[in-house]
Amino acid sequence: MENLDSVDLEKMKILKDYLKNFKDKPRVESNLITILHKVQDIFGYLDRSALEEVAETIQVPTSHIWGVATFYHYFKLKKPGKHIISVCLGTACYIKGADEIIAKLKEELKTDVGGVSPDGLFSLEEARCLGACSLAPVVMIDGKVYGNLTPQSVTQIIKEYKSKHK
Amino acid sequence: MTTPIDVLYKKKLQAIDRIYNKTYFSDKIIYVGMASCEIAAGSKEIMEIFKDAVKKGTIMTYVTQRGCVGLCSVEPTVDIVEKGKMSVRYINVNAEVAKKIIEEHLKKGQIVKEHAYFGAKEKSIVICQGAFCLNSENQRIIEAFKENIENNNLKDKVEICFSGCLGMCNEGPIVIVYPDNIAYTKLKAEDVKLIVERHLIEGKPVEELNILKNGKPRFIKVFGTIDKFYKQKRIVLRNCGLIDPENIDEYLAVRGYESLAKVLTYMTPQQVIEEVKKSGLRGRGGAGYPTGIKWELTAKESSDEKFVICNADEGDPGAFMDRSTIEGDPHSIIEGMIIGGYAIGSNKGIIYIRAEYPLAVERLNIALEQAKKEGFLGENILGSGFSFDIEIRLGAGAFVCGEETALIHSIEGHRGMPRPRPPYPSVKGLFDKPTLVNNVETWANIPVIIISGSEWFSEIGTKRSKGTKVFALAGKVKNTGLIEVPMGTTLREIVYEIGGGILNDKKFKAVQTGGPSGGCLAEEHLDTPVDYESLVSAGSIMGSGGMIVIDEESCMVAVAKFFLEFTQDESCGKCTPCREGTKRMLEILTRIVEGKGQEGDIEKLERLGDMIKKASLCGLGQSAPNPVLSTIKNFREEYEEHIKNKKCRARFCTNLLTYEITDNCTGCTACKKVCPVEAISGSPKQKHLINQQICIKCGACWRVCRFNAISRS
Repeated sequence: MENLDSVDLEKMKILKDYLKNFKDKPRVESNLITILHKVQDIFGYLDRSALEEVAETIQVPTSHIWGVATFYHYFKLKKPGKHIISVCLGTACYIKGADEIIAKLKEELKTDVGGVSPDGLFSLEEARCLGACSLAPVVMIDGKVYGNLTPQSVTQIIKEYKSKHK
Repeated sequence: MTTPIDVLYKKKLQAIDRIYNKTYFSDKIIYVGMASCEIAAGSKEIMEIFKDAVKKGTIMTYVTQRGCVGLCSVEPTVDIVEKGKMSVRYINVNAEVAKKIIEEHLKKGQIVKEHAYFGAKEKSIVICQGAFCLNSENQRIIEAFKENIENNNLKDKVEICFSGCLGMCNEGPIVIVYPDNIAYTKLKAEDVKLIVERHLIEGKPVEELNILKNGKPRFIKVFGTIDKFYKQKRIVLRNCGLIDPENIDEYLAVRGYESLAKVLTYMTPQQVIEEVKKSGLRGRGGAGYPTGIKWELTAKESSDEKFVICNADEGDPGAFMDRSTIEGDPHSIIEGMIIGGYAIGSNKGIIYIRAEYPLAVERLNIALEQAKKEGFLGENILGSGFSFDIEIRLGAGAFVCGEETALIHSIEGHRGMPRPRPPYPSVKGLFDKPTLVNNVETWANIPVIIISGSEWFSEIGTKRSKGTKVFALAGKVKNTGLIEVPMGTTLREIVYEIGGGILNDKKFKAVQTGGPSGGCLAEEHLDTPVDYESLVSAGSIMGSGGMIVIDEESCMVAVAKFFLEFTQDESCGKCTPCREGTKRMLEILTRIVEGKGQEGDIEKLERLGDMIKKASLCGLGQSAPNPVLSTIKNFREEYEEHIKNKKCRARFCTNLLTYEITDNCTGCTACKKVCPVEAISGSPKQKHLINQQICIKCGACWRVCRFNAISRS
C-alpha cells in the first residue's frame, strides 16, 4: 500500500466506503463477483492492493479471490490503456471479416490482443459477442459501438482517438 | 374485500391516466428505437435532435423511447404515433432525415415518404396481433386480407400492418382501417372480402358488420408490415418495440402484471403449476426440459428457503434474443419470476445477467425499482400476503455459466464450474436450497400463458414443441434481426421469407443454430421444421436462439474451427474429456485449414468428438463437438478437399490460397509497398511479380489493388 499515489488513495477510499455495505451481511462471500466488478469500476482493473482490502473485509483468502478473478474473462488483471478497444469476434462478425479488423488494429496499435499500445493509449481486447450482430463487424471503444467496419474505417477511427491526445 | 385484481385495475387506470396526461398538449408521440443495437446505429443522436426541437418549442410532441422491433438492418428507426391516425415508421434515420421529419411531418403533417417504412400508403389495414389476440381466426383474417388485396391489385395502395395489444381483448379479432379510423370488431375471416370490396375499393364502410366509428381517438402502435411479420407470432416479444421499457405505466396499459394479479387472486400454487404443465412450455435456454415439471419438482421440496433464478447469461456468440427482450420489455420477465416464486413457494429471485449488457442491466434496475414502488415486488404483494423480491447479479464473461450448476456457483461467489447432476438444482441448488432456474425467454412466456390459458398456448406450435421461439437472425442474410416464429416454421421460411434471402443474392450454404453447442445444417435441411426434436435429428439443436446464415464465401471447416476455438477457450477445465479433447480436436482442425491435414484426420475428429460428447461432465463439453461433427456430416467433401487437394472452395483459408498478379497490372507499386515480407518485385509502370516462396498469403496486396490485377485461387 505504501506505493500508492494520491489518485490511488482516493480510489481506495471509495472502495473502502463501498465495502462497508458488506460488513456483517449474511453469506457475504457470495458477493465476491459483485465486489470485483466494483473494484474494476473504480480502478479500471483488479488492483492487487484493492483485492487484499476485499479479502480482509469479506474474510476470504486472497488466493480464492485470485482463483475467481482469473476464471472470468471480464476481469482485467493489468492496468489498461486510456481507451479500451474490444473487437467483437462473435459468429456474425467472424463471418463478416472480424479477423481483418483485428489484424489492422494490431498493426495500428503495435500490440497484441490483451496488450496495451506502447503509448499507453489503447488496450486491445477481444469480445465474445457484443450483440450488435446486424452491424457486423463491430468494435467497441470505451462503450461506444462502431459498426459495419472495414480495415480502412478502423484506421480512421484510431486516428481520431489519437488526435484527441495531441 | 379488495382483491389483488381490484388493486391492479386501479393501478392500471392510474397508469393510463398518467400516459394521457403526459401527452395532453400533443396529439403525437415520437418513439425512438433505443435498444443497444439501435444506439450503436446512432439513435441517441436522433433522440437528441427530437428532444432539442421540443425544448426549443419547435414542436409540441411527447418524445420517448422503445426497445427493439427486430428490424436491425434498417436502424435507427423512429415511429410517429398519432391519435386517431395511422402510425408512421421511419427507417435509416440519420440527423438529416430527423430534421426533415420535424420540418415536414411534425410541423406540416406531410409524411417524408422516401424514408417511411409504413404509414405512407393511401390506406392501411391494421390487424391487432397482441399476444392475446393470436388465434387461428386471426390468422385466417390475415390470409383473407392478403389474398383479397392481391386479387384486387391493391398492393400499391393498401398496406397490411400489425399492431400490438389494443387493450380491447374481448372485442377481438380487431381490424382498423386508416385513414378512416374505422375499427371492425369481432371480425370473421369470411367478412374480409366484403371489407376489401366495399370499404377499400368503393370507400364505403361496411355498416352491417360490428363497427366502431368516431370512437375516442387513440394511439395505436404498429410494429410491422405483413412482408416481414406474416410468418411471425410475437408472444415473447409482444411488447418489444411497442412500449417504453423504462416506464411501468406503458407495461400496465397493455395488461402488464394482470397475470400476477390473477394468480394471486384466483389460483393456488398447484393450479399455476398445472397450467404451466398443460401449456407444454419447454425451457427456452436450449435443452428443452418441460418447464412445468421443473416447477413441480422444485415446489415439492420442503425447505425454509427456496430460490428463483433467471438465467440471462446469454453467452452464445451471435445471439441477442435475451438482451433484446430485457431491453424492450423488462417487466415481463419480472412478472414471470414473481409468478414462479408464488408457484414454488419462494420469496427470493435472482437475475444472473452478463456484465457485457450494460443497457439491459440498467433497464432491469429501473424496472425493479418501479415494480417495488408500485407494490408488485416486496412485502405483501397487492395485499395478497405473498412476498417476493428480486436481486441482480452480474456475470463476468464465462460461457460455461450458462450451465445451471455453474451459474449457481458463480452466484455463490466461486469460479463458475459445473458439478455432476443429480442432485438437480430443484433439490439442491443455490446455497444448497431448492432452486428454480429458467431462462429469460421462458420467463417472458409465463404471463401470457396465465392470461390466455394453457389451451390457447398449446394450440401454437407442433405436437411436442409448443409456443414460439425467438431467434437472432444474423450473418449473410438480407434482413438481419430479431424474429419470433411459431414452432414448426421451417428454416426455409425463416431464411427466405422473413430473412429475405441471402445477402447480395449469393448462394446459400448453411444455417447454424444453437451457437457453439449446435450444428450447421445444409441446403437439404432447409425444410426442417423448427422444433426441439427435428433440429436434433437433422444434426443440430434448438439452442437458445442464435441463427447464423452462411453463404458460399465461408469455409465450413473454418466455421467449425471458429466454434471449437470458442468452446476450447471457454472449457472450465474441470473434466478431462472436454479440457483435453477439445484442444486435440482444435489442433487437428488447425492443421487442416493450414493445409497440413493428414489422411485419417476426419475419422480422428469423429472418434474424438463422439468420446467428448459421451464423457463430458456438463452441457458445454457434451455439445462442444457438435459444430465439427455436423459439418463433417453435412459438408464432408469440404474437409476432404482441404486434406487431399489442399483446396478451400470458399477461398477463405488463406494458407490454401495462391496470389498471382495478372496482366491487368499497371505497375502502380501499391502492392509492393504494402507487402509485409517484400515478396513483390517489379519496376514502376511494369507488371509486378509475387515470389511464391516468400509470400505469406496475408492478402494485403489483393486488398490494396485498385485494378483488379491480383488473382486469388
